[in-house]
Amino acid sequence: MNWSELIPDLLEALKVTLIMTFSSSLISYLIGLPLGVLLVVTRKGGIMPAPTFNTVLGVVINFLRSIPFIIMLALLFPVTRAVVGIAVGETKAIVFPLVISAFPYVARMVEGSLDEVDHGIIEAAQSMGSTNWQIISKVMLPEAVPSLINGAAISVTTILAYTAMASAAGGGGLGSMAIVDGLNVRNYSVMYSASLLLVALVQIITVFGSGLTHRLDHKKR
Amino acid sequence: MSEQPIIQIKNLKKIYAVPGGEVVALNGINLSIEKGQIYGIIGMSGAGKSTLIRCMNKLDTPTEGQVFIGGKNVLTMSKKELLQTRRRTAMIFQQFNLLMQKTVARNVRYPLEIAGVNEEKANKRVTELLRIVGLEEKANAFPAQLSGGQKQRVAIARALASDPDVLLCDEATSALDPMTTQSILSLLQKINQEMGITVVLITHEMAVIRQICTRVAILDGGKLVEEGSVDDVFMHTKSAAGRRLFGILPEQEEIPQQAALRIVFDASAAGQPMISKLIKDMDMDINILSADIRQLNGKSFGQMMIARPDSPVDVKRVMDYLRNEGLTVEEVHAS
Repeated sequence: MNWSELIPDLLEALKVTLIMTFSSSLISYLIGLPLGVLLVVTRKGGIMPAPTFNTVLGVVINFLRSIPFIIMLALLFPVTRAVVGIAVGETKAIVFPLVISAFPYVARMVEGSLDEVDHGIIEAAQSMGSTNWQIISKVMLPEAVPSLINGAAISVTTILAYTAMASAAGGGGLGSMAIVDGLNVRNYSVMYSASLLLVALVQIITVFGSGLTHRLDHKKR
Repeated sequence: MSEQPIIQIKNLKKIYAVPGGEVVALNGINLSIEKGQIYGIIGMSGAGKSTLIRCMNKLDTPTEGQVFIGGKNVLTMSKKELLQTRRRTAMIFQQFNLLMQKTVARNVRYPLEIAGVNEEKANKRVTELLRIVGLEEKANAFPAQLSGGQKQRVAIARALASDPDVLLCDEATSALDPMTTQSILSLLQKINQEMGITVVLITHEMAVIRQICTRVAILDGGKLVEEGSVDDVFMHTKSAAGRRLFGILPEQEEIPQQAALRIVFDASAAGQPMISKLIKDMDMDINILSADIRQLNGKSFGQMMIARPDSPVDVKRVMDYLRNEGLTVEEVHAS
C-alpha cells in the first residue's frame, strides 16, 4: 500500500465521517434539546409539573436508549427506507438511524446539565415574575451553557463512535474503511491509519469541548 | 392609619405530606403588615417562618387560608396578575441566588428585561441601582468574583429594579458575618426610609430584629405566638418561644446555676437605684447574679438576674414590689 494512494482515500473517508457525525449531532440536538428541557420542567417539583407526561417521556427515551445501535440499524431498515428513500449505501441512510439512536441520549445529557442549575436561581427568577418561557430561555439554558457544551462534546464523540458501525449499512467513513478495506482484507496499514484518525478526532473534539466549557464558565473563578 | 395593610394573611395553613403522615408547617396564621414597616418574623429553625414568607408571593402554595397583597388575593388571582404582583413584591435570599453566568449588571438588568423595558432605559436604571448599593465599579464582574456581602448587595439592587412596594427577605443575612450583616441591615433600613418600601424579613437572629425592625412576630411550631411592636414584645414577652429569643438573649444563652428572678427595665428605671431601694425597703439581702444594659431601637434596656429568695413568701414580696415600680419580673428556673 503506498501512501500517495492511501491519503486521498483517508481524506475522503474523514470527510464522510465528519458529515455523518455533525449532521447527526445537529439533528439529534434539534430533537434532544427540547426533550431534555421537557424532562426537567415537567417533572414533579419542576416549573411546569406534568408527572404523567414526564413518566411516559422518560419510558420512551429509556426504551430507545436501551437498544444497541447495531440492532437499531437493522430494526430501522424498513423505516429508513420509507423516510429517506433508501436503507443502505448512502450517508443519508445512516444519518437517520444515528439520529434515532442519539437523540434520546442527547435528551438525557441535556437533562443532566439543566439539573445542575441551582434551584434557588430558578426560584429567584419566579419571585421576580418571570414567565416559564423566560425561566427556560433566560435562566436555565444560559446558566447551563458550560455544562451543555461539555455534554455536547461527549455526545458528538459517542455519535462518532456509532458512525464506525456504518459499514454494516454500507455507509462510508473512517470506521467503514478500517473494517472493510482494512480488517476484512488484512490490510493493516489501512486499518491502523483509519483508526488512528478516529482516535485523533475524538481527542480533538474532547479537548476543544473542555476548553470551551472552561472558558465559558464564570462560576469558578 | 385607616389605610389598608399592604400584606394581610388570614388563617394560613400549610400541611406537607411526608412518608407516614403529615407535617403542619403553618397552623392558622393571621397577620397584617402596614405600609412602610420593617416587619420581622423570628423563630427557631423549623418554626415555619420560611414557609410563611414564601406563601406571601406564592412560591409555596398554602393548604388553606388567604394572602392579600395590596388588597388582592394572591392565591386566587390569574397567572398574569400573579406575575405582576411578584414584580411589585421583590425577594432576596440567604443564598443570594444570582445568575452565575451573567455579570453583575446583567443580573440587575434581568427584571427589566423580562418586563420589556428598552435597553437604553434599562442600562441607565442599572447604573443608578448599582450606585445605590455601592457597587458601580463591579458592574462587569461576575458573581463568583464577589464576597457574600457584595453578592447580597447585587441581589438587593436586582430586587429594587422592578420598583417594588415590598421587599421580602428570606434569611438575607444568615450567611453573612456580623460586620457584613450590619451593613446589609443598614442598607435595608435606608431603602425602607428613603424609598418607602415595606420590608418583611425573617430571621432566627434576635440582633437583626433589634437593629432595624419596627414590628415583630414570633413563630413557634407553625403558630404565631406573639406579635407587636419590638419594644412591647421585648418588654412584655409572654410566650416561651419569645423568652427563648428575647429573655435569655441568644448571643449569651445564659441559664443561671440557681433559681433566679429576671428583671427587665427600661432606660428611665435604669437611672434609679432600684436594687438599693429594694434592699432597704424589704430589709433583705439581694444577690445579683448578672446584669447588663443594651440598646434596642436606640433606647437602653436593662436586664438583671438576682438570686431567688429561699422562701416563697419573700419571692412574692420582691416580685410584687418590683412590679409596683413598673418593672417586668419573672422567675427563671435553674439549669
